[in-house]
Amino acid sequence: MVKRLLKDLLARRAMFLFTAVPGVLVFLMFFGLYDRSRSILALHSFPDLLFGSSWFPLKGQFGLYPFLMGTVWVTLAAMILAVPISLLSAIYLSEYAPRRIRETIKPVVDLLAGIPSVVFGVWGVLMIVPLVAKIAPAFGAYSTGYSVLAGAIVLAIMVFPTIIHVSLEVFASVPRALREASLSLGATKWETVKHVVLRKGLAGIIASVALGFSRAFGETMAVLMVVGNTPIIPKSPFDSAYPLPALLANNYGEMMSIPLYDGALMLAALVLLLIVLVFNIGARAVLIKAERKAE
Amino acid sequence: MDARTHISIQNLSVSYGRQRVLKDVSVDLPDRKVTAIIGPSGCGKTTLLRTLNRLLDGMDGVKIEGQVLVDGENIYDPKIEVTRIRQKMGLLSQKPQVLPMSIFDNIAYGPRIHGVREKAKLRQIVEQQLAAAGLWDEVKNRLHEPASRLSVGQQQRLCLARGLAVKPEIILGDEPTSALDPQSSRIVEQRLIELKADYTVIVVTHILRQARRIADYIAFLYLGELVEHGPAAEIFANPRDPRMKAYLTGEIS
Repeated sequence: MVKRLLKDLLARRAMFLFTAVPGVLVFLMFFGLYDRSRSILALHSFPDLLFGSSWFPLKGQFGLYPFLMGTVWVTLAAMILAVPISLLSAIYLSEYAPRRIRETIKPVVDLLAGIPSVVFGVWGVLMIVPLVAKIAPAFGAYSTGYSVLAGAIVLAIMVFPTIIHVSLEVFASVPRALREASLSLGATKWETVKHVVLRKGLAGIIASVALGFSRAFGETMAVLMVVGNTPIIPKSPFDSAYPLPALLANNYGEMMSIPLYDGALMLAALVLLLIVLVFNIGARAVLIKAERKAE
Repeated sequence: MDARTHISIQNLSVSYGRQRVLKDVSVDLPDRKVTAIIGPSGCGKTTLLRTLNRLLDGMDGVKIEGQVLVDGENIYDPKIEVTRIRQKMGLLSQKPQVLPMSIFDNIAYGPRIHGVREKAKLRQIVEQQLAAAGLWDEVKNRLHEPASRLSVGQQQRLCLARGLAVKPEIILGDEPTSALDPQSSRIVEQRLIELKADYTVIVVTHILRQARRIADYIAFLYLGELVEHGPAAEIFANPRDPRMKAYLTGEIS
């Protein structure tokens, strides 16, 4: 009898422990990165580093602003491409497509999510980079093709399955009878989608977009291969960029020889972590508001 | 029966995949009367109701044969505009389905879709429908709150008012009281009886007593077949088919 109770208690404690690990890990990472970047923070103020735009490690200049902007530009451009297209696809699949088409396309979309990002990178170099180089003159710009736009296109394609998959689940959770209530008033399908399904699913759709964004912020490999990686603030989608994850991935091995380089990279990692944290908290706030609205 | 026919169902068969749910149903439903579609569960009652509203359209694997004439017009004619057919019929579902918006917007939704833009006109429609549903006094100070905050009984009355706001001719009820408490059920039943002065009312119900209380006309379905139909008084007094008799005595349910 006592043994059974003991087992129960132990199981509960153990499970609590395992559940607590991820939460604690975020803090451990945060403080670890902070600790390692103290060397550079002792010499320069955090705002100076964050908003400084010259990156010359050999001269001891470690402005992170170009990388910050690189991340923001590539991510935003990717989401501008990905959100409308993937939402419309999800709406088509959930509301309009016959079951046969839906059941064929869904696994294909999910398969897209499973393709290693380096494969997307290679494909981007072969297909998207030359394409961007070719279309840039039409917009009055010159581009090697290695650019924000190329990164955004590749990233958008990678984010696509996440948003489609999650928003399909969201649409599936909207009761059929609710759609019928709208249809039976003489509404068209599109009116029903716009006023009822999207509104009811708003919170979930925001969550799906936030999930997509989170992935886009941190995606390294494919982006690194097609954005050009020059530490300059991009002025147009045809300019090259250098997002934070690419900076880290490209330089982590060689940083030992240059003083403070280590600290600067750790700070860059910390900034990336902060961006994602702030974004997630913001998304949560919007989500709560949307849930209230969908009542 | 002396009433004129409003809906004429002719040789209607419906199958879901291989399963035939309705088998060659033909019946004329009278204008401005309450018709109750009754029968044991799984007999095709709800399917029959939904064919009237063309809600089965476009569902995967559904095949519909036969005709449904509303005011002499075949609603399954491919040239017909389905939104106009649906607007003609208000639907009341098993569980109230309030739209995810305010009480006001729930009623205004239909008129807005059909092109009513003026605020004053919309307000007038909302007030009139809520008053007719007996809800106005309960909600007049909270018109802009989410409709989901109403009680289930209030929600069902709101759904009825919402349906009436698009000026239908027919009201379809799919076991409209099954989720309600006894008192709310009585209010909704009473409303349906009042509404037959202006509308043709068709209600699916599995509650025999409810059919006795509200129906002028009965259609009894059994395993997808229309077994018996006719004026309620006659059918309840003198059921002809043995299956009808068995259902009335509770031997099959």
